[in-house]
Amino acid sequence: MKRGNSNLLTLKDSAFKYLGITCLVIALSVLALLIWDIFSRGLLRLNWSFLSNLPSRHAEKAGIRTALAGMISLLLFTIMVAVPIGIMAGIYLEEYGRKNWFAKFVEINISNLAGVPSVIYGILGLQVFVRTAELGNSLIAGAFTLALLILPIIIVATREAIRAVPSSLRDASYGMGATKWQTTRRVVLPSAMGGILTGIILAISRAIGETAPLLVIGALAYVPFIPEGPKDQFTTLPIQVFNWTTRPQATFIVNAAAGIIILLTVTLILNSIAIYIRGRWYKKISY
Amino acid sequence: MRAKEKMIELVMLLCSLLTVVTTAAIIFVLVKDSIGFFREVSIGEFLTDTQWTPLFSEKHFGILPLLCGTLLTTFIAILVAVPLGLIIAIYLNEYASRKISGTLKPVLETLAAVPTVIYGFFALQFVTPLLQEVIHGLAGFNALSPGLVMGIMIIPYISSLSEDALRAVPQSLREASYGMGATRLQTALKVLVPAASSGIIVSVILAISRALGETMIVAIAAGQEPKLTADPRESVETITTYIVQVSLGDVPQDSLEYNTIFAAGMTLFVFTFLLNNISFWLRKKYQNRYE
Repeated sequence: MKRGNSNLLTLKDSAFKYLGITCLVIALSVLALLIWDIFSRGLLRLNWSFLSNLPSRHAEKAGIRTALAGMISLLLFTIMVAVPIGIMAGIYLEEYGRKNWFAKFVEINISNLAGVPSVIYGILGLQVFVRTAELGNSLIAGAFTLALLILPIIIVATREAIRAVPSSLRDASYGMGATKWQTTRRVVLPSAMGGILTGIILAISRAIGETAPLLVIGALAYVPFIPEGPKDQFTTLPIQVFNWTTRPQATFIVNAAAGIIILLTVTLILNSIAIYIRGRWYKKISY
Repeated sequence: MRAKEKMIELVMLLCSLLTVVTTAAIIFVLVKDSIGFFREVSIGEFLTDTQWTPLFSEKHFGILPLLCGTLLTTFIAILVAVPLGLIIAIYLNEYASRKISGTLKPVLETLAAVPTVIYGFFALQFVTPLLQEVIHGLAGFNALSPGLVMGIMIIPYISSLSEDALRAVPQSLREASYGMGATRLQTALKVLVPAASSGIIVSVILAISRALGETMIVAIAAGQEPKLTADPRESVETITTYIVQVSLGDVPQDSLEYNTIFAAGMTLFVFTFLLNNISFWLRKKYQNRYE
């Protein structure tokens, strides 16, 4: 090979390095820009009355109290439905299910569900929970819809976490005469907990930000009260943000930015916790 | 004891069957209510009419304008995400140290974790005014701005999954290439990318499917005008936006206008369903190639 040619190759090689760094910087600076833009618009609007006031037609008086309360109740119901079902389905598919055509079918099916657009889950929730089950646009209808949406995330995370548990642990438990369920509950699940927890937190973070399916089931209502039961109407923070974003007045845009600061902060904190737990668990599980 | 174990197993089986029931229910709901729609509008009209005006007095039911809006925003997003995502994947895999790529990957993944309503706000309030400074004739609602923002959002789908695929290429192939005196770039482009191609294709397909189904960014920033146009400066309407628009309006339930959302949803579902299945099939087929 000629010397000039090889120099050119080295040049191209290091040029690509800087191209890679540039692309990374572009992607991350969009995130930084977004955070800066939101904070510079909304930070001054954030105060106690913004958090504690009821929604209002006057932007300066409007607050996110009902949206926050609705979001928390909605999440609690969603978690209560999705977490136990997701974990049990994950355990069954990984520990119990036989590896036959049915297992393959269920696996394709779950990977498909994870890829169904969230707005389609909204249509499902609208027809099944809101109309057929006559739950109306209530908290519980929203929770069921979101639960179906995050179920694939929890199932996949549970399966991966269980798969990472070394089989020597199971063998030791069986060797002591434990039954399958005893082994699963006392040995496999505790070792897999870190991975499962990561999946649950990521699923919650996803549920917090979901807007489209809730809009489709009719949650964009003026709700000047805090929901007290599962059959009550509700509003949530992303919906309140969407509502303010679509108004023409600048004062409502400021409100939207202030709401977004809260929503974004919660999401980023949840994701950081998930990454932290996953990191610690990986170290622990790789014996 | 045995009875209890059997009971638990049965309950867990039922939980996993719920996922099958969910898919069946989605298909059932979409098909059943689309039938109501197609009883009044022929499939030919639906697929070939170039206007979509179900909410106007002169009604047309051609899905093409909505499909066009959906494909246009998705195309812009993919144009951003594929080069950026792939270059980042190669950089993280071949150039960055393990420690740096281990830190950057999760940070990059937060791009996909930001609620999309926030991206919608950002596209409408920040990106569009910024682009209007440089692009003449850019409408307040347009396909370009949400497309670009959506492209940034789906970068992690491509960068993370492609990096995983690149990492799965056996070390021996890398060493053989370096042994022949190849540079990192030559190794990456001529050995690793071809070897990891199926994984990379899967990542791109999943990103496309994600972009097709994205709702809030386009609902907020792309507008509500169903239009057959390839001009990214114009306002368009996507299938997802239309579904939200009808849900927010006061169209009487079970009317023909209302049933349009099921036909539109069905169209979207068919697209994402096909893409997801292709990617699943590809992943299964090539998963164990190097083991």
